[in-house]
Amino acid sequence: MKVRARDAKEVWREEFEAGPARQDGLETSTISGIPLKPLYTSDDLPGRPEELPGQFPYTRGIHPSGYRGRLWTMRQFSGFATAEETNRRYKYLLANGQTGLSVAFDMPTLMGQDSDAPTSRGEVGHCGVAIDSLADMETLFDGIPLGDITTSMTINSPAAILLCMYIAVAEKQGVPASRLGGTLQNDILKEFIAQKEFIFPPEPSMRLVVDSIEYCAKEVPKWNTISISGYHIREAGSTAAQELAFTLADGMAYVDACIERGMRIDDFASRLSFFFDAHIDFFEEIAKFRAARRIWARWMRERYGAQQERSWKLRFHTQTAGVSLTAQQPELNIARTAVEALAAVLGGTQSLHTNAMDEVLALPTDRAARIALRTQQLLAYETGVANTIDPLGGSYFIEALTDEMERQAEAYFERIEEIGGVIPAIESGFFQKEIADASFRYQQEVEQRRRIVVGVNEFTVDDEEPIEILRIDPKLESEQAARVREVRRKRDQARCANALNSLRKAAAGTDNLMPYILDAVRAYATEGEIMRSLIDVFGTYTETAVV
Amino acid sequence: MAPTATKPVRIVVAKVGLDGHDRGVKVVARALRDAGYEVIYTGLRQTPEMVVDAALQEDAQVIGLSIHSGAHMTLFPAVVDELKRRDATDIVVFGGGIIPDDDIAALKKRGVAEIFTPGTPLQDIVDWLRKRFPDEKS
Repeated sequence: MKVRARDAKEVWREEFEAGPARQDGLETSTISGIPLKPLYTSDDLPGRPEELPGQFPYTRGIHPSGYRGRLWTMRQFSGFATAEETNRRYKYLLANGQTGLSVAFDMPTLMGQDSDAPTSRGEVGHCGVAIDSLADMETLFDGIPLGDITTSMTINSPAAILLCMYIAVAEKQGVPASRLGGTLQNDILKEFIAQKEFIFPPEPSMRLVVDSIEYCAKEVPKWNTISISGYHIREAGSTAAQELAFTLADGMAYVDACIERGMRIDDFASRLSFFFDAHIDFFEEIAKFRAARRIWARWMRERYGAQQERSWKLRFHTQTAGVSLTAQQPELNIARTAVEALAAVLGGTQSLHTNAMDEVLALPTDRAARIALRTQQLLAYETGVANTIDPLGGSYFIEALTDEMERQAEAYFERIEEIGGVIPAIESGFFQKEIADASFRYQQEVEQRRRIVVGVNEFTVDDEEPIEILRIDPKLESEQAARVREVRRKRDQARCANALNSLRKAAAGTDNLMPYILDAVRAYATEGEIMRSLIDVFGTYTETAVV
Repeated sequence: MAPTATKPVRIVVAKVGLDGHDRGVKVVARALRDAGYEVIYTGLRQTPEMVVDAALQEDAQVIGLSIHSGAHMTLFPAVVDELKRRDATDIVVFGGGIIPDDDIAALKKRGVAEIFTPGTPLQDIVDWLRKRFPDEKS
């Protein structure tokens, strides 16, 4: 007897409902709380024309050749202690076949302070490398040909200064700015929303971002001037849909600001890049990456009227989720990272950082960092997952979840627009509250054992074996402080003071500040001095803490 | 609820140091508030002096510190020292964040009452406070 398709589904439904059901009290929604059906079928497939990679709206990838054409870039973020020590690590990485660098700066550098500032105590060289002036940047890239490699710099409020330092080091190496390739994070909006490394108020912060985008479009055309980041939003506790929506909303805010400056969309859109988190809920993450490409392509083409295809394509870097790592049984983090990295690859990332198992405790040791890199290599070369483009495309479940992500993101865009845009939404604490609520909700689910974190609230051990961690020598701080004082003593004082005065005047006007910052950097003004000159004009920002 | 003569326990929670990672501190602040404590969150980038100022002004019995940047060995003891300098050592200091096990004993020796590391159930923090302040209302 022939069973009709519709009947088969009914039969399954009856059998499913009559069958066993686990009584463990665990959530069956995604980690972000999206309810899931036990089964997806052709009924869940959208009735839309077939999508293909390399074709608008790029749900299945921006390249027609996927990873058949080129594997993702394995770009491990590193930096610690002094410029000299980090320079040694970079040379080691380059000698081992890495083609790109990714600089992690320490907290004082990220916050625009010199190493000898009172509020830098205890922080120098801990989270990354300490950079105070051009002199440190020269040491950091000593013997590394900046014309031949690409460099990613994770820095935000003082991004323009660090980029100018990079340009100035290249000048000394005889490399013109037009040959420089790399990425500057330079995403201040997500700092206000999530990571909170802001210094100036939103308006002048946005001016600096647009100044750098405008300057680079002319002078450093191969540079990715901004990496619009969802990573920090997610790590701060947002859901996947919030990460997606808030990041793309930030992206549109930068586009609006550049257009307002008088730039043409197709002159800068292709240099905007994105940075997402790869969290532990496997399918939700894949759907998020696919939805991101589709939403961005639509907005760029339809709302902003970009003409060139390259302006429509969302390119992104991914990092596995630091927040998913556990201090308990830290070796398990290798498995978590592998699953997250696989989601990033199946989502079509352009580049990937895999976390080391010990990053929940300190900066990674050499051994932990190597295992993290090897995890990516294993995915690329052993598992076969790179052989087929968008292998999950057409999956009933993945396509339905991709649509759901898109729907939730569009709903957020409407709410943000109702509030008056991204900056008013920041100032009213909208994003911060949404994220804090999501993070608290998740924590409650873990506390109530409705979600299991292996090794933390289930499958625990009594005696944790200690693992080796990287220690930063406390002497480093006083040595770095002495170094910056020496730079201040030895430079041409008149030239430096003039450069800082010109910068202050320009900041009060409307000129693009990049050439003024570059002059100050060349005169060995320190990062802290340049930031203070700008603070004199712009002031600083304090957020109203939302709990 | 019957009126009680004892004052509710007041807790100042603060982010010391330069990092802006406030997920943990906010979750803990909400949980302590839900447990009945009076919680004052100072916000980001507090110096040890600012934290102690806030605790004295708010008449707090407890200071909770959060840090993720690795500067805990400098900044947590600096808060304890500032309390000594201001003759306020009756205020109990506890902390949390990315703090390696080896540092916990050293911090306790320097006068930090307890350290809670990643993965700690919120209830453990509440239980610890209840034990520490058994007679007070929370």
